[in-house]
Amino acid sequence: MNEPRLKIATCSLAGCFGCHMSLLDLDERLFELAERIELDRSPLTDIKELGFCDIGLIEGGVCNAENVHVLLEFRARCKTLVAIGACALNGGVPALRNQFTLSDCLEESYLRGIGLVNAQIPSDPELPLLLNKVHPLHEIVRIDYFLPGCPPAADAIWTFISQLLSGQPPALSYTQIHYD
Amino acid sequence: MSTLETAAQSDYLCRIAIDPLSRVEGHGKVTLLVDREHHIRQARLHIVEFRGFEKFIQGRPYWEVPVVVQRLCGICPVSHNLAASKAVDQLVGAHNIPPTAEKIRRLMHYGQILQSHAVHFFHLASPDFLFSFDDPIAHRHIGGVMADFPDIARQGVRLRKYGQEVIQVTTGKRVHGTGNVPGGVNKALTLRERNALLIDLDLMTQWARNILKLIKQAYALNPGYFTYFATIRSHYLSLVRADGALELYHGGLRARNAQGEILFDHLDDRRYAQVLREQVKPWSYMKFPFINSLGPEQGWYRVGPLARINNCDFIATPLAEEERQEFVALGQGQPVHATLAYHWARMIELLHAIEAIKGLLLDADLFGDELTARGEMVREGIGVIEAPRGTLFHHYRINEDGLIEKANLIVSTTHNNQAMNESIRQVAERYLDGKELTEPLLNQIEVAVRAYDPCLSCATHALGQMPLYVERVDQESGAVLDCLVRNADGELSGASECLIQYHKD
Ligand code: SF4
Repeated sequence: MNEPRLKIATCSLAGCFGCHMSLLDLDERLFELAERIELDRSPLTDIKELGFCDIGLIEGGVCNAENVHVLLEFRARCKTLVAIGACALNGGVPALRNQFTLSDCLEESYLRGIGLVNAQIPSDPELPLLLNKVHPLHEIVRIDYFLPGCPPAADAIWTFISQLLSGQPPALSYTQIHYD
Repeated sequence: MSTLETAAQSDYLCRIAIDPLSRVEGHGKVTLLVDREHHIRQARLHIVEFRGFEKFIQGRPYWEVPVVVQRLCGICPVSHNLAASKAVDQLVGAHNIPPTAEKIRRLMHYGQILQSHAVHFFHLASPDFLFSFDDPIAHRHIGGVMADFPDIARQGVRLRKYGQEVIQVTTGKRVHGTGNVPGGVNKALTLRERNALLIDLDLMTQWARNILKLIKQAYALNPGYFTYFATIRSHYLSLVRADGALELYHGGLRARNAQGEILFDHLDDRRYAQVLREQVKPWSYMKFPFINSLGPEQGWYRVGPLARINNCDFIATPLAEEERQEFVALGQGQPVHATLAYHWARMIELLHAIEAIKGLLLDADLFGDELTARGEMVREGIGVIEAPRGTLFHHYRINEDGLIEKANLIVSTTHNNQAMNESIRQVAERYLDGKELTEPLLNQIEVAVRAYDPCLSCATHALGQMPLYVERVDQESGAVLDCLVRNADGELSGASECLIQYHKD
């Protein structure tokens, strides 16, 4: 096994981590995957700074300035960028807040919550600036492939990654694509 | 409380960020403010997520809530789904759901505990046990464990898989299933599904015991480290069963103080708002809960595996009970306060989950055909459950059309907010203070946070890609003298230009 390993980075923006869980649902196939790829920045490693990668997998939409930053960097450093899951494709559940104003959402949680003490809206410079609306990834950068589902099933992720690793253009069968 | 929460004077201090925290579920960051002599003046764990669930759920029909709310967290979706479903049961007046429904729900919940505890320990935290702090970053993750300890990695992967399979047969999907409906479940188990799950159970039991053995060995080799690292004395909160047994699905609230004395017991969980308050601090989107009668300074507490094992009087399954007795002996009559003991307690619960799954699979009620109950609709419902990471509260009020008017959630990780902050301050004071900060030293902060298994997905999500960044500022002029950047390999190097500047208003 001396073929060069492909470098993969993964990231969760405004997502729930469920798409990453679906990736771990590869179960024993994770061992096979580990032989074929090298994991760069990912919630599974301690690498904090993204290197140059062959494939970037992104879960979650974009809801604050940091998300925009991270996404731009993934676009700049990954040859192939993949949006995984409903949130990355169309904003998903976090985008439900788009029908309200941001301040209304903040006030509900931090001023009008039950049993609150020192009610105030958190505002420290360490907290990234929230965007008024939650956006899908393709509104910010060009995305090469979209893998739908909430989350996409592990089998679909496996077919998709295997095809990418072997250099074929990914094509999933009808039964592997779902939009729940 | 530690004095490191807020620096007395924050000008001219170096800001160091561990950003994003890794090998935890979700994302967060830690910032340290350090003076010229390397003394740490401030340490904070920030949760930077804001979703606005409490707002955007308003106006939606009550029966939609369990399906929407689980999408806050893909690591323990079943827990959110169940807590919300328990609240919805109250809304539809289903005070006693049929035994089949309750047992299917318990089964999915134990499946959830098993998969979540396994993913945390094996996939994320095991390098903290198996490798040293200064293990190369490129190796210090599950891939390194797969290479060096393939048996342990394989057992972890299979344990998690088993939990996911239990979830799959009870909810229809591994992540974000739809098994629960108002007043019960939508499907019983079939014999074939049951039989398939029985096959691997003994193997799972054996592996769970193996990992406990491994943890105990590690403990015995280095008791000082395991006892004192990131350790803080705290109160503990969890549900317990009416007879005092460890209870994960439905029970009363019990709190103990640091000496182990009961603060309140068997409190109806729907009265949570009488005993708990949440404080808001400007630097984190995660609130800081505390026991109201003790106040915010003294009243913070811990939840999760450590709290549950400390709090309960016994565990109702024999192998886990044996392990519990060995565990509590460490505390010599007091609760075990060691933060790293979270991992140990978590694996005791993993074993308990497997035993409990076995008990349930052999129960004929699983195959019943009465699946739901219904009664008089009411306007308010509160569902509480012990999620993998601790007590989870879901509280909803609806209007006459059945649409949500008010929602309040206290997720497990939020309860541990103050405790995690206290733990990183302990590590900062004891292990980092006065030293030139290196990547392995900073990793220790992450080891402390990781012990809690914080689910920052429930409470946060991804933020900056910034590498670790250290800046030295001249005390008088405020000019930047020097700055350091931690690159992808974890090496610290001088940076040609400074990327961020920290300004405190
Ligand atoms: S698509 Fe679904 S599973 Fe994936 S991050 Fe969004 S809510 Fe979670």
